[in-house]
Amino acid sequence: MSEAGAAAAHDAHAEHHELGFIRTYIFSTDHKMIGRQFLFASILMLIVGGLLAMMIRWELAWPETAVPFTSWISEPFMYPADEDSAVGAVEGLSEYVDPYPGANFAKSLGSVGGAHMDPAFYNSVFTMHATIMIFFVVMPFMVGGFGNYLIPLMIGAGDMAFPVLNMLSFWTAVPATIMIVYSFFVEGGAAAGGWTMYATLSADPTLSGVDTGADLWVISLLILGVSSLMGAINYITTVVNMRAPGMTWFRMPLVIWSLFVTAILLLLALPVLTAALGMLLFDRTMGTSFFMPGGGGEPILWQHLFWFFGHPEVYILVLPAMGVTSDILSTFSRKPIFGYKAMAFSMMALAFLSWIVWGHHMFVSGMNPVLGTAFMLTTMVIAVPSAIKTFNWLGTLWGGNIRFTSPMLFALGFVSNFVIGGLSGIYMASTPVDIFIHDTYFIVAHFHYVVAGIIFGMFAALYYWFPKIFGRMMNETLGKVHFALTYIFFNCAFFPMHFLGVGGHMRRIYNPLQYEFLHDMQWWNVFITMSAFCLGLSQLIFFVNFIWSLIAGKKADKNPWEANTLEWTAPSPPGHGNFETTPTVYRGPYEYSSPLVQEDWLPQDRKLGPEAVTASQ
Amino acid sequence: MMQWLPEDVSPYGGSIDALFYFIYYITAAAFILVTALMIIFLYQYRRNDNRRAVYTHGHSGLELLWTIVPALVFIGLGLASKGIWEEVKLNVPETDVEIRITGKQFNWEVLYPGPDGEFETADDYQVDNDIHVPVGKPVRVFLGSKDVIHSLFMPHLRFKQDTLPGRFIEAWFQADKAGAYEAPCAELCGFGHSGMKGTLYVDTPEDYAAWYNKRWPPAETNGGDSSAAETTEEILASGAAMDDETMSEPEAEPAVTEEEAESPTEGAADSAAQEATE
Repeated sequence: MSEAGAAAAHDAHAEHHELGFIRTYIFSTDHKMIGRQFLFASILMLIVGGLLAMMIRWELAWPETAVPFTSWISEPFMYPADEDSAVGAVEGLSEYVDPYPGANFAKSLGSVGGAHMDPAFYNSVFTMHATIMIFFVVMPFMVGGFGNYLIPLMIGAGDMAFPVLNMLSFWTAVPATIMIVYSFFVEGGAAAGGWTMYATLSADPTLSGVDTGADLWVISLLILGVSSLMGAINYITTVVNMRAPGMTWFRMPLVIWSLFVTAILLLLALPVLTAALGMLLFDRTMGTSFFMPGGGGEPILWQHLFWFFGHPEVYILVLPAMGVTSDILSTFSRKPIFGYKAMAFSMMALAFLSWIVWGHHMFVSGMNPVLGTAFMLTTMVIAVPSAIKTFNWLGTLWGGNIRFTSPMLFALGFVSNFVIGGLSGIYMASTPVDIFIHDTYFIVAHFHYVVAGIIFGMFAALYYWFPKIFGRMMNETLGKVHFALTYIFFNCAFFPMHFLGVGGHMRRIYNPLQYEFLHDMQWWNVFITMSAFCLGLSQLIFFVNFIWSLIAGKKADKNPWEANTLEWTAPSPPGHGNFETTPTVYRGPYEYSSPLVQEDWLPQDRKLGPEAVTASQ
Repeated sequence: MMQWLPEDVSPYGGSIDALFYFIYYITAAAFILVTALMIIFLYQYRRNDNRRAVYTHGHSGLELLWTIVPALVFIGLGLASKGIWEEVKLNVPETDVEIRITGKQFNWEVLYPGPDGEFETADDYQVDNDIHVPVGKPVRVFLGSKDVIHSLFMPHLRFKQDTLPGRFIEAWFQADKAGAYEAPCAELCGFGHSGMKGTLYVDTPEDYAAWYNKRWPPAETNGGDSSAAETTEEILASGAAMDDETMSEPEAEPAVTEEEAESPTEGAADSAAQEATE
């Protein structure tokens, strides 16, 4: 095996010189280039999704006032602001907005290229914000980008099992991405049924007023599903077949475990989404009635199918971030991960249990209340592996020798947010409490702590592996400032959403001031919006750092963090075929501060006298 | 955090809120524990080049502890929730007040069965967004939809139930304090979703009788079938006072704020609430 691997690596090296620009940078079959392609595509989409969030926040803080810098958006979506006042779409609205903080600021800023948002467009904006963030940012970044980049490098393989399939996976995601962005520009605008696209609103174009845009949404996700499926097959095959000699299952880094489990979830969950999307498309375009009661269909069937996919999807999103966090916490605590096997098994438990909790999204949907109790109990059970992971992370920190690098700070930020997101999930799990907080900002707070909290895992991964991927270091000081601002404003933006939810503030509303019982809390909306803007602005520091470091960052060594896993034994950045010689693995990935060696790290592939014998078995 | 919870005016809301608080204390304790440990560890075990990290791969006892303790807490929470859920959802009390609320883009269509107690008969009364119910009496509500999924949300009653096209979902609620409460739609239902709301008028017995008698004057009811007449009599028995002022007041102003609606009828509401609990 090792000889074959070395030969393959050698071949790949030879091939390298023959590849032209197109085969190297565009239609590349190298997992590292494909990983980078996913990475850049998702960062671009992160900007789109983030700007959409800013529009949502503006509308909620200062409803129906002119949104600045949006006058370029055409008429059915945004209406030009009144000549003499920025506020004025609705008569007497000024009275409502004025008592709240920031009204004058909003009015003066709104006069800068401001336009009024149409309520139907608002629905498109939040629908697309969620769709883009989930399917076109977090998934391609963590699974597409880091999954691709890390799996072969961390298991000691030269490339993926199916390099051409891998290339196709990226190039299938491209048309899906173009289509979802293009859907903004078709007549009627983009899909406006929420990212969950509940039928019957989504199943009949006359009900939502969005025709082509929603069709494009469905088709885009169908295509993206094919892309993810190709990736999943590739990841699973690679992890099963291509581990380097000595890389047993329980010597794999937890990030590989997380990506492996994620790939299995993708493989099993996507067909369900594909089936549901197909039915929805038929209902929309061919007059079938899968979800339309008029023709004998059942609207709640969509919810069952969607959430049967949707809950595993949540773990598809969060598991890789958990894996990344485990690796980074161990590296920078200079300490083996606490309870390695418990960490691996708890991920498998999460993956398994994620199939039997979907009904907790549907407690008040009209599903039989007896079923609600069953789903509540399974949901309570799934909280246990999450608790295990959290406490094991704490155990990893205990007794460590902690280095506060930027990746470490972001990993700690992820843990801190995950704790809040996990605990707030318990409220929703309890059926009676969920009656009140379902579809309020409490759930919005909860899933942003979990899903938007993944951005901390994403940044942790990017700061950590940037030297390997691009061969240069990122600026540490800027990284730390970026972390501090992101952490503070993230919590200022999302924590008060719990308060709004407790107050009964519905999600997906365009103007909270239409409800008397929400008036007292409106200033929280203003506070959240201000924090969200600051959160958005803080990311400029990241972009400056990212681009500057790409061009002029300090050259990175092979192993700048003194880490143990195999990717750090390859050059930075690794060439074609990754390793000069196929590594042999002698031990687990987290042998930090081992008494066997002087240094406080012990790479997986370093041969030590007596250990080498047991390892080669 | 919990001070933002809207006032509860339902008989079962108290137990939902108690559970809410219970979870709040548990999660707050867990949050403080984890965060405090994290901060202590980060400070205590910050980088020190004269010291080596503890070389350990875990501790089975500890890991068992933090598997079993959360599991027990979650099972306890599950059991506590189960009881209240059944109380609220499954044990529908006997009542003679029935209404049908049908969501349509973007209004609540409220249908009152009238004296005969049957829907879709000649004496039905249908109106958009005005839900009149007597204080302190269970109300059985049949929820439906004409187009998309809506969700009837009455924050002050801790009530939320999606409405589905193609079927009627039976639910119940009870308000123990007279007043006017907002009843928004909580499920995205299209471009007019924001602003789709009804008003729940919880009427004192007098107001309710007045409203009822205006709709169905007693003279007419005598001609109806006996069971329907009984229903009406029962409602009237809780204290009818026909007075032109009270008759027109609740309908004229749909945007009555809570305080306005509460103040004049507070005494009556309290006594009604007491009656209901007895």
